[in-house]
Amino acid sequence: MNLEQKEYSKLVEKHSGKSNVFVNCLRAFLVGGIICVIAQIYNDILPFSEEVSKVHTTVFMVFFGALFTALNVYDNIGKFAGAGSIVPITGFANSIVSPAMEFRSEGRIMGVGAQMFVVAGPVLVYGISSTVVVGLIYFLLTR
Amino acid sequence: MDAFLKYLAVFVTGGLLCVVAQILIDKTKLTSARILVLYVVTGVFLTAIGVYEKVVKIGRTGATIPLTGFGYALCKGVFKAIDEKGFIGILTGGVEAVASGIAMAIFFDLVASFVSKPKSKNS
Amino acid sequence: MAQKVGNQTFVLDRKVYWREGVCIVGPKEKEGPLGKYFDQKEDEDFGEDTWEKAEARFVSATYAKLLAKSKINENMVDCIFAGDLLNQCIATGNGLKKTGRPYFGLYGACSTMAESLILASLLIDGGGANNAVCLTSSNFASAEKQFRFPMELGNQRAPDAQWTVTGAGACLLSSDNMGENCPVIVSVTPGKMVDYEVKDVNNMGAAMAPAAAFTIQAHLSDLNFSPDYYDMIVTGDLGITGKKLCREILKKNGLDIDLKDCGEMIFDPETQGTCAGGSGCACSAVVLNGYILRKLRENALNKVLFVATGALMSPISTKQGESIIGIAHAVSIQNM
Repeated sequence: MNLEQKEYSKLVEKHSGKSNVFVNCLRAFLVGGIICVIAQIYNDILPFSEEVSKVHTTVFMVFFGALFTALNVYDNIGKFAGAGSIVPITGFANSIVSPAMEFRSEGRIMGVGAQMFVVAGPVLVYGISSTVVVGLIYFLLTR
Repeated sequence: MDAFLKYLAVFVTGGLLCVVAQILIDKTKLTSARILVLYVVTGVFLTAIGVYEKVVKIGRTGATIPLTGFGYALCKGVFKAIDEKGFIGILTGGVEAVASGIAMAIFFDLVASFVSKPKSKNS
Repeated sequence: MAQKVGNQTFVLDRKVYWREGVCIVGPKEKEGPLGKYFDQKEDEDFGEDTWEKAEARFVSATYAKLLAKSKINENMVDCIFAGDLLNQCIATGNGLKKTGRPYFGLYGACSTMAESLILASLLIDGGGANNAVCLTSSNFASAEKQFRFPMELGNQRAPDAQWTVTGAGACLLSSDNMGENCPVIVSVTPGKMVDYEVKDVNNMGAAMAPAAAFTIQAHLSDLNFSPDYYDMIVTGDLGITGKKLCREILKKNGLDIDLKDCGEMIFDPETQGTCAGGSGCACSAVVLNGYILRKLRENALNKVLFVATGALMSPISTKQGESIIGIAHAVSIQNM
């Protein structure tokens, strides 16, 4: 019995299920858009200056992302919306709470504390590191 | 009508940013962690070259709530800190700008993980 | 003593009886198309506070049920061959630690049921043991936690992804049928590992399909059987995608077989959202000890080739970019 590597790779490609990209995108668009509009409405009713309101809004959205995760709801939103609920900051909160909840059985320090950043950690690492690089360039250019 | 258009801009900007990520997930099998990293770093660089500020002007929270907006906040914070404090701003500006979000995420998520247990899925 | 025939098949000399089989499944499996064939249903957490403890409970409860149903004294169990998906097979370890019987922990990923059947039947055939227990388990939540993502993370399942079956299946193999009419294990074909550079953890059916095809072909050619010899050739958990691939490979090699697949049969993808079907050590174990055993006893099936498939990988090998190794073991079970 023989089976060529290349031949098989083609066969796998042919028989692999295809995601319905159009429907997925439509759902992502709707949910992602709605989440941003909710944030905008909250932002607009706040009595603070624009800068302060912005910070409040972020905190508010993080809170809700975490709350809906803790209520075991966010994963169902995610199943429907895909990237629509991953990309907004609520999804960032979800990516922190979900492993924290999952690993609470391994204790508060090495479970919750250490596993919390298994998904979000890389975001902070590369986000902050890239600002240092960009900042250094900006500093050199503006002196 | 004017207010409606402004909210529409928020909706469309936020929605489109999510659609780009959805296409990446479906077409390249990137995991959500990689998408989030990609978005933050992209946000930082687009802000640095001045593009993202324009997107934020039109899209408002539609541009700041997606994770690219997190990169935008980081980058803006760094530039501002450098202008005010000089060299040390390179290190302080980014984290300072997003400190509230991170502290909130960590603290509330810790509380949430103490009170809530994961449930298995049915589908 | 078993005779080696052809390249990799062993034909058993003594009769090794499949005396009894039991299974306990989770709620989703019970709701599935084969639900009525499963002995007992328990919640995924089985009343425990962690998924890992829950899986161990499935193991110990299934073992206890097997002893009760087959009416043998525990001291008569000469050894246990068992395994699961968790690191170091710890669910099986914890589930069986109080048995006080000799234990072999096996890891063959989702092929473990067939691996344990092969080892147990060879041991009994050699005269070394009279009664051996084969048991495997898996749990959707503990498997997701170890291999994929936290339960509450909001993401979508890929179209070829499979759903880990929650449950445990066990059987008692014996040299003595105690006067009852039991199916018999006639021959076994341990499989070789194959690697076709499949790296997508959401498409394990593709990684296992060549292994299943090779093992089926080896079994048939070693024994000089045509595929019609069997009433049913059933693979473990290739799923919908993997089964299609396996059939294509067999067809290219001149074997047109109407394969069945435990992973495809156990769920209804339309109503249960299971994408490509079931997987996990328990998938083939519960279908074998629930559905297939019943059909053999009712004589609706008389000759079955059971080919459990496994995808050998770990979260670390995946992160390091290693491809997924496929393996499949075949066991020929017949009414005499």
